Amino acid sequence: MIVRKQHPLKKFYGKGLPGVDLSKLTGRLVVIEGADGSGRSTQIALLKDWLEKEGHATVDVGLVRSTLVSAELEEAKTGNILGHLTMSLFYATDFADQLENTIIPALRSGFIVLADRYIYTLMARDIVRGSDKSWVESLYGMALIPDAIFYLKVSPEVLVERNLMKDATLDYWESGMDLGLSRNMHNSFMKYQRMIQQEFKRMSEVYHFKEVNGNRSIRAVSRDLQVQFQSFMEEA
Amino acid sequence: MPTITPKDLKGKLIAVEGLDGSGKSTQIYLVKRWLELQNVKVFFTEWNSSLLVKNATRKGKKRQLLTPTTFSLIHCTDFADRYERQILPLLQAGYVVLADRYIYTAFARDAVRGCNRDWLRQLYSFAVRPALTFFFEVPLETALSRILDNRPELKYFEAGMDLGLSTDPYESFRLFQKMINREYHDMAKEFGFTVMDASQPVHVQQEQVRQTIFNKVDLPQYRWRVKR
Repeated sequence: MIVRKQHPLKKFYGKGLPGVDLSKLTGRLVVIEGADGSGRSTQIALLKDWLEKEGHATVDVGLVRSTLVSAELEEAKTGNILGHLTMSLFYATDFADQLENTIIPALRSGFIVLADRYIYTLMARDIVRGSDKSWVESLYGMALIPDAIFYLKVSPEVLVERNLMKDATLDYWESGMDLGLSRNMHNSFMKYQRMIQQEFKRMSEVYHFKEVNGNRSIRAVSRDLQVQFQSFMEEA
Repeated sequence: MPTITPKDLKGKLIAVEGLDGSGKSTQIYLVKRWLELQNVKVFFTEWNSSLLVKNATRKGKKRQLLTPTTFSLIHCTDFADRYERQILPLLQAGYVVLADRYIYTAFARDAVRGCNRDWLRQLYSFAVRPALTFFFEVPLETALSRILDNRPELKYFEAGMDLGLSTDPYESFRLFQKMINREYHDMAKEFGFTVMDASQPVHVQQEQVRQTIFNKVDLPQYRWRVKR
C-alpha cells in the first residue's frame, strides 16, 4: 500500500506558462530519463501496472506524441532539411503542446503522470549540438518541476548491445550522425552517447536526478524503482 | 546564443512592422522593386511562411489546438527555419534582406496573449537585430476600417478570439489590435524603430523610406558582381 501525503505545491523552472493555477495541480509528475535502450518504456509499463494495481490513476506521456506537430517532426527527421535551431524549437513546441494539453490536465485531475523522458533529453541534445545553455534553460523555463526524476544510467557498451538486439541497426539520430563525429556509425554512437551522458551528469546535480543503475536485469531495476518510488511518495 | 551583431554580417537586414492595414506590405514591396531595379541583391521574406512549418500551423489553427505558448513556439519554429536556411546565410553572403514583419510581431502578439516578455526576448535572442526597422504608425481607427470595411471573414486566431475578449469576431479584432498597437508603441524606443506616419500618401511615405535607406545603406556595395 502506498500512502499518499498532502501534495506539495508545484513550481515552474522559469517563467512558466500563462494561465495555470499551480495550486490546482494535485497529481504527481514522475519522469523517467535515459537513452534509447536504457529500458525506459519497459520500466514505465511495469510501474504503471504496479500503480494501477495499487489503485492509482496514471497517464503516460512521451516525446513526439503531440497531435500538433509530431507527424511533421517525424517527416522532417527523415530528410536533412532542418537546421538545429528549427529542430530544437519543433521539439519544444511538441513538448509544450503535451505539457498543456496532457500533463497539466492530468495533474489537475490528480493523476500520476509518468513521463517517458522530459526536458532533460531535449536540453542535452541541444547543448551537445552547440545551443547556448542559457537559451535552452530559458526556453524550458516553461516546464513544471517534476516531483521525481529517475535516470536510468546505462553504459554505452550495454546500450549498443540492447539497440542492436532490438532491430540490428543503430538509429541515425541516437548515434548523433548529424554531428559528424565519425563516419562510422558505431564509433559515432559511442562518442555521441558519451557526450550525452556527460551532459546528464552535469544536469543530474542541477536538477536532482535519482540515478538508477540500468545495467542490471529488468526485475532488479524494477524492484529498485518501486522502492524509491514508494519512499518518495511517502516523504512528499 | 552566440550573438551575431549586424557588424559581423556583410548584408543588411531591413524590417517593417505595424498593424494589419497600416500599409507596410505595400511599402516594403516598393522598396523591393526599387532595389531590384538598381541591381541590388535583394531577398524578401514574410512572417509565417516557412513551408515546412506551415502544415502544423494550419492544423493547429484550424482545430484551435493552440495555446499562447504553443502559438508562440510554432511561429518561432517557422521563423527559425527561415532564419537558418535563408535570412542568415543571405546576410552572410551580402544580400539586402527585406522582412515583412520580424521578431517584434511575435513580441507584440505573444505578449498580448499572455506570454512573458523576457521569455519571448530570450526565445528570439538568436535573431540578429535589423539595421533598420520601420514602424508604420497609423491611427487605430484607420487601420481597423481598412481591414473591417470589406467585412472580411476573420479567422479565429487572426481576430484574437482565443483571448476571449469578445464573442463577436469584429469586436474581438478591434480590441486585439488595440492591445497590439500599445505593445508596438512601448517597443518603439526600446528597439529604435524608425516611426513612419502611415496616414500620408503612399508615394510620400515611400520617398521617406527610400531616403532613410539611402542614408543608412551604401547601396552600390550590394549590387550583383556577376554579370546577368
